[in-house]
Amino acid sequence: MQHNNLPLFYVFVFYLFAIIAVASAIAFVTRKSPVAAALWLVNTMFNLAGLYVMLDAPFLGVIQVIVYAGAIMVVFLFVIMLLNLGQPSLIADARGLWWKLAAGLVGIILLAQLLAMSGARVPEVLTLPEQGLASEVARSGAIMPVAAPLFNQYLLAFEVTSVLLLAAVIGAVVLGKRKERERAL
Amino acid sequence: MLSESLFFSALLFTIGVIGVLTRRNAIIVFMCVELMLNAVNLSFVAFAQVYGAAGQVFVFFVMTVAAAEAAVGLAIIIALFRHRQTVNLSNINILKG
Repeated sequence: MQHNNLPLFYVFVFYLFAIIAVASAIAFVTRKSPVAAALWLVNTMFNLAGLYVMLDAPFLGVIQVIVYAGAIMVVFLFVIMLLNLGQPSLIADARGLWWKLAAGLVGIILLAQLLAMSGARVPEVLTLPEQGLASEVARSGAIMPVAAPLFNQYLLAFEVTSVLLLAAVIGAVVLGKRKERERAL
Repeated sequence: MLSESLFFSALLFTIGVIGVLTRRNAIIVFMCVELMLNAVNLSFVAFAQVYGAAGQVFVFFVMTVAAAEAAVGLAIIIALFRHRQTVNLSNINILKG
C-alpha cells in the first residue's frame, strides 16, 4: 500500500467513504425491518458513488446514484410497501445458529481468498501510465472514456443489453399480472 | 488505491454473502445480492483506474443486468407473496419435495 503521490486529504476522504460504506452494509444486514435495511443499503450505494468519483469514474458515480440508489432501491421500497412488509416479521427473520456459523465460515474463507490475491502482481504491460485515466477524464470529459469503448468495441454487447431489458420488462409484466380466476377472488 | 479498493470490495462482498446465508426475508436476501453486485462493481472501477476504462463499461453492463434482475426478481417475489402470503424463505419450500 503506497500512496506516495496521493495527497493526504484524498486518502482520508477515500477511507471515510469506504468505512461508511462498509459500516452501512453491516447495519444493512443486521436490521430487522426491511425498510431500515433498504435505507442503509441506499447509504452504502451513495458512499460507493463517492468512491467511484474518487477512482476517476465520475460518470459511473452519477449513474450509481441515479440507477442504483434512485431507481432500483425505490423499486425495492415500493415492493416492501406494496406487500406491507414494513414491520419486522413476527417469526424470527435471522436463521439459526448453525446457519450463522456456516455463514461466518464462508465469509472467513472468502476474505482469506480475496486478501491472498491482493498480494498478486500484475504485468506492467497492462497498466496505464500513472494518472492515465484521470488525465483522460480531464481532457475529454467524464463520459467519453466510457462511451468510446461502449459504442465501438462493445457495441454488440450494448445492443444485446437492450434485448435483455426488453425481456426483463416483458417478464416482469407477465409475472406481475393477475390471472383471470385470481381476479375473481 | 487499487489494493485498498479491492480490500473494501472483498469486505462488502463478504457482508453480502453473510446476509444471503443468514437472512430469511426474501427481499433482504435479494438486496444482499445487489450489495454483492455493488462490491464487484467497486473492484471493476478500481481496476479500470489502472488498466483502462473498459472496466467501467463492464460496470455499466453489470448495472443494466442488476436493473433487469431487480425488475424480474421483485415480480417473482410479488407472485410468490400472492400464492403463499409470505416472503419468508423457510416457508417457501415447494421444490424441497
